[in-house]
Amino acid sequence: MAYEEQKEKLLAELEKKSKNKTKFYFNDLAKILGEKPRAAKKIVNELVDEGKLVFWSSGSTTMYSLPGTGKQAHAEGED
Amino acid sequence: MPKHETPLLDQLISGPWPSFVDDLKSYSEYRHKNPKNVEYQIPEDVVDDLLGVLELSYVDKETHWKHGGIVGVFGYGGGVIGRYCDQPEKFSGVAHFHTLRVNQPNGKYYSTEFLRAICDLWEFRGSGIMNMHGSTGDMVFLGTRTEQLEEIFYELTHKLNQDLGGSGSNLRTPSCCLGQSRCEWACYNTQEAAYQLTHEYQDELHRPAFPYKFKFKFDGCPNCCVASIARSDLSVIGTWKDAIQIDQEAVQAYINGEIPPNGGAHADGDWGPFDIQKEVIDLCPTQCMWMEDGKLMINNKECTRCMHCINVMPRALRPGNDRGASILVGAKAPILDGAQMSSLLVPFIRMEEPFDELKELIENIWDWWMEEGKNRERLGELIKRKGFRELLNVAGLKAVPQHVQEPRHNPYIYWYEDEVPGGWQRDIKEFRKRHQR
Repeated sequence: MAYEEQKEKLLAELEKKSKNKTKFYFNDLAKILGEKPRAAKKIVNELVDEGKLVFWSSGSTTMYSLPGTGKQAHAEGED
Repeated sequence: MPKHETPLLDQLISGPWPSFVDDLKSYSEYRHKNPKNVEYQIPEDVVDDLLGVLELSYVDKETHWKHGGIVGVFGYGGGVIGRYCDQPEKFSGVAHFHTLRVNQPNGKYYSTEFLRAICDLWEFRGSGIMNMHGSTGDMVFLGTRTEQLEEIFYELTHKLNQDLGGSGSNLRTPSCCLGQSRCEWACYNTQEAAYQLTHEYQDELHRPAFPYKFKFKFDGCPNCCVASIARSDLSVIGTWKDAIQIDQEAVQAYINGEIPPNGGAHADGDWGPFDIQKEVIDLCPTQCMWMEDGKLMINNKECTRCMHCINVMPRALRPGNDRGASILVGAKAPILDGAQMSSLLVPFIRMEEPFDELKELIENIWDWWMEEGKNRERLGELIKRKGFRELLNVAGLKAVPQHVQEPRHNPYIYWYEDEVPGGWQRDIKEFRKRHQR
């Protein structure tokens, strides 16, 4: 599948899931893409560069989310 | 008059040890006096509010920090840890109190000019409070606001030639002992290895895609001054293949009391005259040393590189000349399932630039862990779950005697069916001819 199509597929799936949860582990994203981690990382990183995905970090673990989603993003003015 | 009363914190000052409360209070006074006329970019009372929020958590017996955030610098998924206070009206100075991890120079060598520059930057754009160093080794800048992050990152990278460190599900900032720069026991150039691997794995350091954190640490010898064996997923520990070098004249000098043992480190107590039998030979964990005709003898085959004899008599004994490193994997702190020390994976590897053999090993292990590791599962936990045999398989290594801690004790080594002549199938009738029920 071409890169752009895969990016759209990932964003559409996250949009759907974002109603219930807003933060995703990298493994969740790789599973949606059906790619091995290294290939998935390239796609995910491009989406981060484009501002379509953002990192969330607790300090010890990193997760990904769509920009502006989740309670915290609004409370802290991060959206 | 302090901004907040802090009776509980003040009690910490009364103890016998130096207190961070004292440090913060004196720094708060300095920040208010502002003798250098710094145009503070975050609130002047950040330190007062930090003490205030800590006092409140002592009263409430619960934290007033929220957990994490999306703050970061562009393109980086690590190095910045978002911290927000859940009482921002009361403690506006620490409403945002983000941490920055800054990659420490190898061996922690600084010029005073560099230290002044980072302190000035942090006083100007942050709280001025820093931690030298965090347990991973980074310089930790504690407390700034979101809008300052990109500014600080620009200054660090463009003017001070300094990168951020790792945090989150990233490769964490590699750390090393000061190695051959000052230590004659270093069996390879630890600083060079840390430098090369930091550059090679920039993507892994700054763009998180691992199941959890991953740490490399480089120790030049088995004294393990950066404690890589206890604190890193992949520990590289210097070692040697040949015999410990012995200078018999110097051994005699130690015995005759002409050279103080342990480099004079315990000279302040009266321990009596040096006794080589009691202080060295009897303490050898594998009992591979003895005296013969006034000479110190070592059965090097039995040596486990504990370093004790070398530490006690550094002028008489030195590591061998055929030097490299051992690779151990899987140490971690006790969040799940207790703390774990690293297990030996490669008994001996040459540590020469460009470290290709080491890089190949690391990448094979990462590929396996990235695919098989569960969320928040450290490499050591994955090895425990899947077995050491599978790790050997992905690393392309064969089981060797050094992998076995003790006979019949180590549960890691299993054979696969295709490695056993005849596989798991056997003719039961043939078997029963030889063995009755």
